[in-house]
Amino acid sequence: MDQLAAISERKKAILSSLALLAILLAVWQLTTKPPIQGKAEGLPGPVAVAARAWEMISDPFYDRGPNDKGIGIQLGYSIGRLLVGYTAAAFVAICLGVMLGLSPTFYRALNPYIQILKPISPLAWMPLFLYTIKDSSRSAMMVIFMSSLWPILANTAFGVAGIKRDYLNVSALLQLSWFKRLWKVILPAAAPAIVAGLRISIGSAWVAIVAAEMLIGGTGIGYFVWNEWNNLQLTSVIFAILLTGFVGVVLDMGFGSLAKVLAYKE
Amino acid sequence: MSFLEVENVSKVFLEPNGQSLCVFKTVRLHIEKGQFVTMVGHSGCGKSTLLNIIAGLETASAGAIILDGKETDTAGLDRMVVFQNFSLLPWMSVYENIRLAVRAAYPQWDRGKVHDYVQRYVHMVGLSESEHKKPAALSGGMRQRVGLARAFAVQPKVLLLDEPFAQIDALTRGAIQDELMRMWTATKNTVFMVTHDVEEAILLSDKIALMTSGPEAELAEIVDVKFPRPRLREEITELAEYARIKKYIIQFLKNCSREMPAGDATTGLDAVAVGQQLAAEV
Repeated sequence: MDQLAAISERKKAILSSLALLAILLAVWQLTTKPPIQGKAEGLPGPVAVAARAWEMISDPFYDRGPNDKGIGIQLGYSIGRLLVGYTAAAFVAICLGVMLGLSPTFYRALNPYIQILKPISPLAWMPLFLYTIKDSSRSAMMVIFMSSLWPILANTAFGVAGIKRDYLNVSALLQLSWFKRLWKVILPAAAPAIVAGLRISIGSAWVAIVAAEMLIGGTGIGYFVWNEWNNLQLTSVIFAILLTGFVGVVLDMGFGSLAKVLAYKE
Repeated sequence: MSFLEVENVSKVFLEPNGQSLCVFKTVRLHIEKGQFVTMVGHSGCGKSTLLNIIAGLETASAGAIILDGKETDTAGLDRMVVFQNFSLLPWMSVYENIRLAVRAAYPQWDRGKVHDYVQRYVHMVGLSESEHKKPAALSGGMRQRVGLARAFAVQPKVLLLDEPFAQIDALTRGAIQDELMRMWTATKNTVFMVTHDVEEAILLSDKIALMTSGPEAELAEIVDVKFPRPRLREEITELAEYARIKKYIIQFLKNCSREMPAGDATTGLDAVAVGQQLAAEV
């Protein structure tokens, strides 16, 4: 009975979502003016955006010079930068987080610095990165690095510090080497907290990359949005905005399923 | 010289308010090789702390632990603990939990040998069908079987049992006690156990160490349990000697309990005196 009720609840939710979508699209279409003699006035409507979206999706990988690349290529640049900056941040943050979690003294010593650095907008670092690295794409990766670092670091330290004494006792009795202690006990025990941090920071990293690419220009979905705005191609801007949302959901879902795999019941 | 010597061990905790609290003092206990010794006492007498000190998981404030002629103050594979709350790693299956210990204890073995050995112990505790289950999917009794298998598989010099049956339901408890006895008979391990359960202590032990109440608890006396082995629960509980030991220990615990208005039997020394007096009576 409960299962049946749950299924019908889900059905209701899906139907409501679809109805809401239909209403939103209808309101959007009705409140925007249709193009007069091919020239749009005000915001483009959903039909115009859909037509433009279809055009871009059907040829995503064309490359006609620096200011005219397919949406797939732009997205590829953004995801590439995200992966490099994010992976580096995850590695550094997990290593450092484990050390902080295991040593209360180290944690207390570093905490003031973390507290000051954490609230800084990752984009604020951009001028310094551009000045020191002298490469706009790598500077954008560093922005991603800064935006991902803190949530992963904080969650890892929290997760490791909260590992049950019992598990560490077992590893002490078995005289596990530090490497085995890390892989077999500490990381699996803290995994749910670490993945929660990874999940938060992939979201903030994806938010930051769009802004960073608007600043650095050249390539990427952020640059694409800015460039299309300069061209007054609002249909492309709206489609690109929706697309970043979609990619964000996919990234989040990936970590959602990873969290399920690594969760454990005591 | 005994196999395991607890030499005048004391434990003092520093409380948050800066005062120091002596849990127990100058405990001196010698355990011979292959002996099963149980410590009985009220909560707060520090018996689990003493067990952790022997295991090397906590440090003594004074005194020393000497195992097989060598002083030891860190944890090691020569002393395995079976914990009250099982302490299995919840992200590993039954098989993996035992394998982690086996690989740690015998790093020179190849995969095949480790696998066969782990399976033997999984089988020994009757968990072959559940070997790929996670601890969360098992009952308390089954979890403690894994705990026993893990500890025995390492073949430690000393087995330390910290109230191993306290969290297991009464119906299963007997079966697992029998299991422990069987494994112990086969291996002739030296065992130090800590428990609240007087009947359990009499059934399993060669000697029972009685602690007075904490703080500043002391080892009051050691009761010999000389029933022949293998022991059968049904037979032993019928014996007059069993009833006598049980009554004696329970009386001892009552007399040194702080809640009881038992005259001035609140300090360690008085409790010993009361204990001796009782011994004379029975």
